[in-house]
Amino acid sequence: MKPHPNMRETYGLTLVELGRENRDIVALEADLGKSTRSVLFQEAFPDRYFQMGIAEQNMAAAAAGLALVGKIPFIHSFAVFAAGRAFDQLRTTNCIPSLKIRICGSSYGFSDFGDGKTHQSVEDIAIMRSLPNMTVLSPMDSIETIKMMECLIDWPGPVYIRINRSDLPLLFPADEPYSIGKITKLRDGSDVALVAAGIMVSRSLEAAGILAERGIFARVLNLSTIKPLNREALIEAVMGVRAIVVSEEHNIIGGLGGAVLEALRAVPHAPVEIVGIKDCFGTSATNYDEILARFGLTGSAIAGAAMDLLRLR
Amino acid sequence: MADTATIQKLERLALQLRFDLVEMIGVGKAGHLGGSSSMAEIVACLYFHAMHYNPANPKDPERDRFLLSKGHCVLIQYAALVELGVIPREELKKAKTLDCCLQGHPDMDRTPGIEAVTGSLGMGLSVGLGMALGLRLDGRPNRVYVAVGDGELSEGQIWEAAMAAAAYKVDNITGIVDFNHVQATGPTKEILHNPDIAKKWKAFGWEVLEIDGHNIGQILNALEKAKKVAGRPAVIIAETVKGKGFSFAENNAAFHNGIFTEDLYRQALSELQAQRTALERRLRRR
Repeated sequence: MKPHPNMRETYGLTLVELGRENRDIVALEADLGKSTRSVLFQEAFPDRYFQMGIAEQNMAAAAAGLALVGKIPFIHSFAVFAAGRAFDQLRTTNCIPSLKIRICGSSYGFSDFGDGKTHQSVEDIAIMRSLPNMTVLSPMDSIETIKMMECLIDWPGPVYIRINRSDLPLLFPADEPYSIGKITKLRDGSDVALVAAGIMVSRSLEAAGILAERGIFARVLNLSTIKPLNREALIEAVMGVRAIVVSEEHNIIGGLGGAVLEALRAVPHAPVEIVGIKDCFGTSATNYDEILARFGLTGSAIAGAAMDLLRLR
Repeated sequence: MADTATIQKLERLALQLRFDLVEMIGVGKAGHLGGSSSMAEIVACLYFHAMHYNPANPKDPERDRFLLSKGHCVLIQYAALVELGVIPREELKKAKTLDCCLQGHPDMDRTPGIEAVTGSLGMGLSVGLGMALGLRLDGRPNRVYVAVGDGELSEGQIWEAAMAAAAYKVDNITGIVDFNHVQATGPTKEILHNPDIAKKWKAFGWEVLEIDGHNIGQILNALEKAKKVAGRPAVIIAETVKGKGFSFAENNAAFHNGIFTEDLYRQALSELQAQRTALERRLRRR
């Protein structure tokens, strides 16, 4: 499939492709199908699409029932509701028995920039990765979204996948073999490791460019499988650098930065800084770049954090 | 109507399930006696008559499924699964101890015959709805039975599921409300009054059948009727007595999750023994 630059559109198109390959795939929606793009699945397979209305809790537990009779349910909502509103239903009915359901947390982070605090997720990774058995994924662009979703037919247990509302630059190496857990190195450098997921990968690449102008060489690592985090691969990937900057479109508490620090525990490693949302909620904005800049989620902020760790600023 | 022999068999089984409850709870352990014993006749009727269920193959895809949304009362389901031979009888005494397969709430990975994980209240009807939708999609003839508590009806999710089941015209699900009027900390109408339960289910688009939940004939009848309802879901509202069969526990919130002292344990067994003697005498007279 050809990746559409818009991640949610790619998600919807890929779900239809998967649905064509596998008749067990069903989709459930809580009345956000036009946004999550599950509507594309509805058009293609109306009998395998369940519009559950604005009732996320029922949707999440009904998905468990569908999984228990052999279906592979994909459930949809905005990330903030998918992870927050139905937490206990995901925990009890899906995660405890490790059922094969897929949770699309759409419009994650600030990508729903207009809707403000209530609709922007700053805590979904923390919530989802605290659940035993849950896999947590955050693709960096549409190319990776397709590759990741193709793994979701066979991957065991529940999966939470963070899907962005926006067009993101297509930077993932299309020809590399892919599997869940892979840490992709997008740029090499010996001084600094910039670790990121989602849109922050492209921001980290910008940071690497800024740092290179100052003679500092950064490697950029896409850590899109946030859980189960490939600990050995991460330790190896950050070996030898003098600073590590993790950036995330998420609260700095409990997100990717936390996951990286947990993974690096008990091994010697370079100092780590986290560039993320500093334990606060979002705000309405007129565009995505504007809100990301307001919260310091920029290439220059990442570069600055690296310079601080290297005591160059 | 079910024949006399069937009713007699099920009366004996319901009593045996109560004996099993006592064995599982034992002395000094807490167990959800009240809401388990209020379900004894219903569970006996389901597993030993109404459900299409082959105990030799509890994973048969062509089986009917029984979920306890009121998962704390799983002891009564364990009892039935023991009597069916799905769970080894020697597990009864070890219930809720470390490493025993009989957990405090339904755990499908630990316990043979358990169909889902429930126990955080309000979720089982949704899980059952998902199963029913999936079975229908596959053209399977099987039914899903979901028991919910009357206290549990305070959970909003129950009504989300009720609404969706009616909207999808799901008629391969049978809901059962164990209407025993008592919840963990007191009478349901004192905790949060929830009147007109039957009217509420009707308003949500369900066929409603109201019965005495300890009367085997009425239970079998209602289960059969519910099966025949087409184009919408059916719920059986079963009027029951919490703690039924144990004088000290009947209508008593203290035995929602009570502990047997040595004396109470002996009393429970002797009360059941007296019920068995009376039952056998009554059955001989028939």
